[in-house]
Amino acid sequence: MNLIDDIWPPVRLTIELASLSTLILLIVGTPIAWRLSRSDTWLKHVVMAVVAMPLVLPPTVLGFYLLVLLGPQGPGGALASLWGGRTLAFSFTGLVIGSVIYSLPFVVQPIHNAFRAIGERPLEAAATLRASPARTFWTVAMPLARPGFLTAAMLGFAHTVGEFGVVLMIGGNIPGQTKVLSVAIFDYVETSRWREANILAGGMAVFAFAVILTMTLLERRAARHSA
Amino acid sequence: MSGVGEIACRLSGAIGGFHLDVAFQTPARGVTALFGPSGCGKTSVLRCIAGLHRIGDGDVRVSGEIWQDRATFLPTWRRPIGYVFQEASLFPHLSVRGNLLYGAPAAGARSVSFDEIVSLLGLERLVGRMPLNLSGGERQRVAIGRALLSEPRLLLMDEPLAALDRVTKDEILPFLDRLHAQLSLPILYVSHDMQEVERFADRIALLESGKVLASGPLAELQSDPALPLARAREASVSLDARVVSFDIDDGLATLHVAGGDLTFPSGRLEAGQMRRIRIGASDISLALSRPIGSTILNILPARIASATPLQTSEMLVVLRLGEQGDGEHLLARVTRRSWTLLQLAEGASIFAQIKGVSLAPR
Repeated sequence: MNLIDDIWPPVRLTIELASLSTLILLIVGTPIAWRLSRSDTWLKHVVMAVVAMPLVLPPTVLGFYLLVLLGPQGPGGALASLWGGRTLAFSFTGLVIGSVIYSLPFVVQPIHNAFRAIGERPLEAAATLRASPARTFWTVAMPLARPGFLTAAMLGFAHTVGEFGVVLMIGGNIPGQTKVLSVAIFDYVETSRWREANILAGGMAVFAFAVILTMTLLERRAARHSA
Repeated sequence: MSGVGEIACRLSGAIGGFHLDVAFQTPARGVTALFGPSGCGKTSVLRCIAGLHRIGDGDVRVSGEIWQDRATFLPTWRRPIGYVFQEASLFPHLSVRGNLLYGAPAAGARSVSFDEIVSLLGLERLVGRMPLNLSGGERQRVAIGRALLSEPRLLLMDEPLAALDRVTKDEILPFLDRLHAQLSLPILYVSHDMQEVERFADRIALLESGKVLASGPLAELQSDPALPLARAREASVSLDARVVSFDIDDGLATLHVAGGDLTFPSGRLEAGQMRRIRIGASDISLALSRPIGSTILNILPARIASATPLQTSEMLVVLRLGEQGDGEHLLARVTRRSWTLLQLAEGASIFAQIKGVSLAPR
């Protein structure tokens, strides 16, 4: 089989998964981060702990619970039955749901920090200028938190690209559907196809380096601009 | 509780670890200073009036409109205020123009013109710049312009000059004078600097550890011997005086206040102008009869309204100008020995020798 034809599908699937997950993460994570940055009750800390759990939870544990939830007996199965499916596990949709939960802390925390860093004052100033809370959010909070969104998007994307344990638990290894990069590498190693494993692993290493470097440079630029 | 054209505010409750228990009323015109030492709660009062802080038990009414009472709490963005913070607090991502127009009504619906405010505050050369590239004084001027362009019905200023150095302050003060002189907007001005208060304020609310000691017209509170203002070493009375004439040859201006005319050196003044003057308590001495052969220009008949002992050696005397004692109040500080030697008493007719009068700059 042609090398490119063999390697490309998992790469494409991974990019699709990571892009879609990042988009959803930004949409879901922003209101959570905003709400958290505006409150200081005990509930806030509970929510933050829940959001941060994937940081410390073994991916297999998270994957196991997701499998139960997405499977035929769980709410995921009930949801799938709406369009005639039996389960959300072992599907692309399942992978997206899993990735969003798994990468949530990597998106919520930078956005939360960025909102916090704005401080009360610009928001108060906007309110004294007759800006409604919605207008304040869109015209003051969002633009000022922009560096945080860049970091969040990059971390969310990179982290989704790199996940392995959760994917293996809920996605399995279906070519073109759930066989993402990290699983493919594992697969190649298992079947002693070192050349392919090497190419993919090397690509991932370059990608990771590029992400970190870009982020550092962006942060430096942002720091210079606000200095 | 409050009529039309009045700002009435009663605030009671804890803020942080601090207890605020404040009530005052002031007309919704001119400048009312909230004056007191640092940490007396003046900024908290301003924040409560703006709705930036919600105190447990409060009543805030402005010109008959309820902003807060038991059942109502208008959020900040629904209150027709302008707020100038101690630090300019401009939006760093917007240009000066963007900042100025942030709170302004749509171009067609403006009753204050952009160009008018820009020229009032001398911002012509700044509109295209970003806040990051402005000096502290320039930023504060933009912040004032931004507040004015939102067309507030009440301007709240929280020590707008406190974070600035002396030179920058002197750069901004003339703009505030113009603001005061040209706009009819009522202003609540928080300050701990008596010089600023003497320069701008028409009325004053004196705050001390979360309470209002007194509130009323500036000169009235300055000359009340029961209040700390009159007992301070640099005590003085500020009066609004009308220019009667100006002698170009001698460089002397004569200004009229109720009960007498005062002549003193000054720059050129136009007859009919209203200017604020300041007379310090230690610049007045008393005489039983009109002294002859004195170099002092201002020797005015007055009556002693009251006298209060200060420390061991001095008396704080409140005078009223005019032979009948029906003019303006002035403060004089004299030694107790003189008081006894001259056999002075309340109601006595005397002559006030005023050594120094200073004109508030404009």
